[in-house]
Amino acid sequence: MCLAIPGRIKSIEEQKEGYMRMGKVELGGIVKDINLQLVPDAKENDYVLVHVGVAISIVDEEEAKRSLEFLQQMNELDELYNSPEEPYDKLSTKEERVKQGDEIINKMMS
Amino acid sequence: MKYLTEYRDPVLAAQYLDEIKKTVTKPWTIMEVCGGQTHSLVKYGLLQMLPKEITMVHGPGCPVCVTPTHLIDRAIYLAKQNNVIMCSFGDMLRVPGSEKSLLQAKAEGADVRILYSPLEAVKLAQQNPDKEVVFFAVGFETTAPANALSVIQAHQLGLKNYSIIASHVLVPPAMEALLSDPETVVQAFLAAGHVCTIMGNSEYYPIVEKYKVPIVVTGFEPIDLLHGILMVVRQLEKSEYKMENQYARVVRERGNVPAQEAITEIFEISNRMWRGMDVIPQSGLEVKEKYALFDATKKFNVPLKETKENETCIAGAIMKGLKKPLDCANFGTLCKPSHPLGAPMVSSEGSCATYYHFYSAINEAEKAEV
Repeated sequence: MCLAIPGRIKSIEEQKEGYMRMGKVELGGIVKDINLQLVPDAKENDYVLVHVGVAISIVDEEEAKRSLEFLQQMNELDELYNSPEEPYDKLSTKEERVKQGDEIINKMMS
Repeated sequence: MKYLTEYRDPVLAAQYLDEIKKTVTKPWTIMEVCGGQTHSLVKYGLLQMLPKEITMVHGPGCPVCVTPTHLIDRAIYLAKQNNVIMCSFGDMLRVPGSEKSLLQAKAEGADVRILYSPLEAVKLAQQNPDKEVVFFAVGFETTAPANALSVIQAHQLGLKNYSIIASHVLVPPAMEALLSDPETVVQAFLAAGHVCTIMGNSEYYPIVEKYKVPIVVTGFEPIDLLHGILMVVRQLEKSEYKMENQYARVVRERGNVPAQEAITEIFEISNRMWRGMDVIPQSGLEVKEKYALFDATKKFNVPLKETKENETCIAGAIMKGLKKPLDCANFGTLCKPSHPLGAPMVSSEGSCATYYHFYSAINEAEKAEV
């Protein structure tokens, strides 16, 4: 029911009097007329999240990469722990190192 | 980037599963709130692949399922009137009321139509000035803005023949109702990503503090769900409780403000009856008095009688995460998607219906565990 899928805005129509902001959005190869009233900042070629014919959010490319790179970043942190030049290595216990790593991750996530 | 297939990458999924296995040391019970998330977890076989310490319980998250029977009866009554075109989303039409579903009413000759968007219903009203077009407007916060826009558009066009039956439920009050139940087993939530796309994250901070429960706003693709579960488990293992956002590519901290404005223009918050549960205070949306002309429940006089739910159905316990669909004696026998006894079996996103569709896979996995 809450299904919403991302699609690319192909074109934005000129707004007609008494009507809402509309555009053509490509959704998995199909082009549909989509209501863009709730994403006033959306431009052509932006990806928007579409639910029941209405775009409800602009997809943020930078944020989109985070889930895909989250683990990689975690692994890079692991490598940091093991690298002698890094200050993290001076921390004596594993718990302390994990804590330090978590702080870095939290900073990255915020 | 297409923002879809990347989040179904099996190699990445395996890496996430591995990381979850490394992180988890104790048993945890996590509830995914949204039926769409339940559907993905089961469809992609993630339930079976998670470490056995993690139990996923399935929330009440399907607005179609929790629509009270009497509203469906009301829609059917209206659909049978001569000059009415009744329309809604496809899954709503299959849901039985106390006697039949809207699709059955259609088979008996009522003008019932499946639409992709409420805005199409407004167009239909424009094209059929001599008919009354009624949209059965069901949904969570995700769908409320689209339904609100349909009323705003009809109002702007001066249409007098468009109205909606509002069956809107709100997620955070339901989460609170679950947590305040002394029997609750839920230790953390994956919050419904598309609800938060509209409403933002602010509603969850008080719940996190009050019930000391981690909440991670999560998306719907396999990688999203695994990432969300990993974030929740990391908190649980460290005895932390925070509100975090896994689905930041579409969920902003404040949500979608124009969408919230559309909702508050048309709707006001009210107490709401949830099918399979009880009345949950302040958990629904009604059309404001100002727009009463667009409220089908006020516009038309429908003789109403309240109906009772089946007494052997354990929908309440399932939707609170206390029981699983397979714990029910009626599952797959007396109760099937073709003739459901209760809410979670009525639409494809209800947890019982999801289990029914993927039953053989789940059954094999559970046998393997024993």
